[in-house]
Amino acid sequence: MQPALAPSRAFRRSLLLVLAALAVSLVAAGPAFADALTPESGGSPNADSIDGLYKIVLAISVVVLFGVEGVLLYSMIRFRKRKGMVAAQIHGNTRLEIGWTAGAGVIVVVLTIITFIKLGAISNPAPTGANGLVPVAGGALVASVGQAPPEGGKGLTVEVNGQQYIWRYTYPGGIFSYEEMVVPTDTTVILKIRSQDVAHSWWIPELGGKFDAIPGYTNDSWFKIPADKAGTVFRGQCAELCGQGHANMYARVRAVTPDQYRVWTTCQKQLIKQAQQATIPPNRAKPSPLPPQACASSVKN
Amino acid sequence: MEASALKLRPRPQITAHEVERPIRGWLDWATTVDHKKIAIMYLVASFVFFLVGGAEALLMRLQLGAPNNTFLDPQTYNELLTLHGTTMVFLFVVPMMAGFGNYFVPLMIGARDMAFPRMNALSLWLFLAGGIVFYASLVFSPPEAGWTSYAPLSDNAYLPNSGIDAWIFLIHLTGISSLLGAINFYATIANMRAPGMGWGRLPLFCWTILTFSVLLILALPTIAAAVTLLLTDRHFGTHFYDAGQGGSPLLWQHLFWFFGHPEVYIMILPGFGIVSEVLPVFARKPIFGYKAIASATVGIGFLSLLVWAHHMFATPTGTAVLIFFMLSSMLIGIPTGIKVFNWIATLWRGTLELRTALYFACGFIAFFTLGGVTGIILAIFPIDWQLTDTYFVVAHFHYVLVAGAVNAIFAGLYYWFPKMTGRYLSESLGKLSFWLTFVGFNATFLIQHSLGLSGMPRRVYEYADVGDWGTWNLISTCGSFILGLGVLVTAYNVVRSVKVGALAGPDPWRANTLEWFTTSPPAANNFDVVPRVRSVEPMKDIRRSIEERTGLPEEISETPAPPAVPA
Repeated sequence: MQPALAPSRAFRRSLLLVLAALAVSLVAAGPAFADALTPESGGSPNADSIDGLYKIVLAISVVVLFGVEGVLLYSMIRFRKRKGMVAAQIHGNTRLEIGWTAGAGVIVVVLTIITFIKLGAISNPAPTGANGLVPVAGGALVASVGQAPPEGGKGLTVEVNGQQYIWRYTYPGGIFSYEEMVVPTDTTVILKIRSQDVAHSWWIPELGGKFDAIPGYTNDSWFKIPADKAGTVFRGQCAELCGQGHANMYARVRAVTPDQYRVWTTCQKQLIKQAQQATIPPNRAKPSPLPPQACASSVKN
Repeated sequence: MEASALKLRPRPQITAHEVERPIRGWLDWATTVDHKKIAIMYLVASFVFFLVGGAEALLMRLQLGAPNNTFLDPQTYNELLTLHGTTMVFLFVVPMMAGFGNYFVPLMIGARDMAFPRMNALSLWLFLAGGIVFYASLVFSPPEAGWTSYAPLSDNAYLPNSGIDAWIFLIHLTGISSLLGAINFYATIANMRAPGMGWGRLPLFCWTILTFSVLLILALPTIAAAVTLLLTDRHFGTHFYDAGQGGSPLLWQHLFWFFGHPEVYIMILPGFGIVSEVLPVFARKPIFGYKAIASATVGIGFLSLLVWAHHMFATPTGTAVLIFFMLSSMLIGIPTGIKVFNWIATLWRGTLELRTALYFACGFIAFFTLGGVTGIILAIFPIDWQLTDTYFVVAHFHYVLVAGAVNAIFAGLYYWFPKMTGRYLSESLGKLSFWLTFVGFNATFLIQHSLGLSGMPRRVYEYADVGDWGTWNLISTCGSFILGLGVLVTAYNVVRSVKVGALAGPDPWRANTLEWFTTSPPAANNFDVVPRVRSVEPMKDIRRSIEERTGLPEEISETPAPPAVPA
């Protein structure tokens, strides 16, 4: 090797120092910026599984990315033209090229396998827990179309309907609400996502991925809020450009205990009836008619 | 003197009855069929569209600089995002690549023009007509359904004004322009290569333009059909995309993305080609693995036709279909990875001359790799369910297209400007431009990954003041203006250097391909003599044989002469 080609010891040492500093700051920054580096989660097992899958993929990606960028940066510094240097006239190296092709292939295979392992927990609805909503006689709350029903057949089906620019939710028994969905905790909530005008996309980040609401189609999704999250409101908004009000098409999911949910449904039913008798159809310009005071206190703890 | 010797020699008499006066000035530009002049017009026009599209982006970033901002109303914002996306895709990146292709494909393969010079001029004028028709909508009502114009939002039930129609005409006009251009490129590369230039000696930039052309020919008819159906839906009572009448909004998405994903590679492949030309020249080394890079280009082109539904992972779609498109999208990472590894191996053990062109080429590799890695993350559909239609995706495709395609375009500009004008671009302004765009770009888009991960959807004109969104968006907005400044520095550099740049000879970089065999700028007929090609690097062979004949030692000749006036 020519002397000019060998990197000086000082250079090697400073490169090591830079790399070490980078590694330390990354490790230190990891927990501090964990929220900025991973998707939202915590409201439902499928969101948690996506988060888990993402973290594994991110770890692999970071290794690949830093490896490639490191070698690139190293070559740019190490091989800049200096006096007496002669460029090696190499045209290729078949063995090396087959090697990194295979390496890239292995990464793809590994990512695929990890995804398949995690997929079940994300796609298939989890069974309703022991403290969840018990179905009324005859299992009227059970979902039956499209998506596989949750194990044990227990769950609450809510139809989500996207409209310019508000979400409408229809619960079993003809109850409905706008913008804010009220759901019992520890209960698998099956969503039937539809649209009545243009394409929208249903998304509450902490409750899992987004699913497009497309006119003429029904999209399936689910979530199950853990029992200790009763009283939490999860927020999201439409994620598909649907017109001028797109930015203000919000969605909320309020988690309540199954008992509170039953009270809420009774109140909401009454309210809808009153509204219909007063011949004021609950139109979409008035989102989520506020329940009377008694009902409100039963829901908001 | 030779000249007087020539005069003394007896010459055959030619009687000329009438000599056509050469057309000069604007009429020359308007009627030219010279591929170089057409290319210059392509490059200038698409650069102007780039500045316009950039200004639109800056307006949007201004609006997003603070939570609940009222600088723009939602209609204007939606119009701007549509204009910006459409301009950058159809009026900037694709015609810019077509411009480089137009100028350099004939020169690189030793041809005297494109195969169909008049059709070439038609391509240019159709592209300009498309841009004019589209921007004419500014005086009535610009489209506001995004560059994807998803049905049924783009149907006249929801957007009855004629902005969408202007968009449809833009797609048709630029589409026909690109289709004719693609046929022209294909015919030129297939038939007009210099003697000895087999497929294994075709410059890598030409390989990418060839693949670009094939993809355009395969993908454009689909979008042409899709927008025609949209036009009949809007005006002639059909219901192709109307679910209420038995049509399907998903049909639009499938047709659009069947074109739209190859389009992404149509935009980036010529960039790969530019980088593959620039790296070996400034590393003073042959490209590492020519065959692997050429076949990876074709492989990416093929796979790009099989990945379209990864834009539709959140639509109602069966799991088997999701898995297929996840696998095909991840597979495309393999040939792309091969390219990145080969480029870095080209730098390895070279002697890098750190000129601006090499800066941009290396910037391309660095950022494109990040965009590629986030692409693999997005290909995993359960993860995509969280990230699609958020700022994470915005960051991803801007890393691929701005940091990728724009860096490649700037690398090409700084590399080929001496050939096109006979003058160097200023190196110091070039490096200033590189560092400004480098800092500005990363400040704008790196933080957007976090915005998306924390739940901010794209295409919203305002957002509430929750979490760190205000700060992060402000960082992004500040970055975008630094990026804009960096682009303006290069624009200024071009305008200035055309007049006062240091003179460059025919082969200022001591490059490898045939465009450097002729004068800078080349004469109308390109070459008086086309040499026989014996390798991928014909200019290197020519220089070597000259050195052998003149007996100059290789040591001296390996050091290129610096520009006379390094401004």
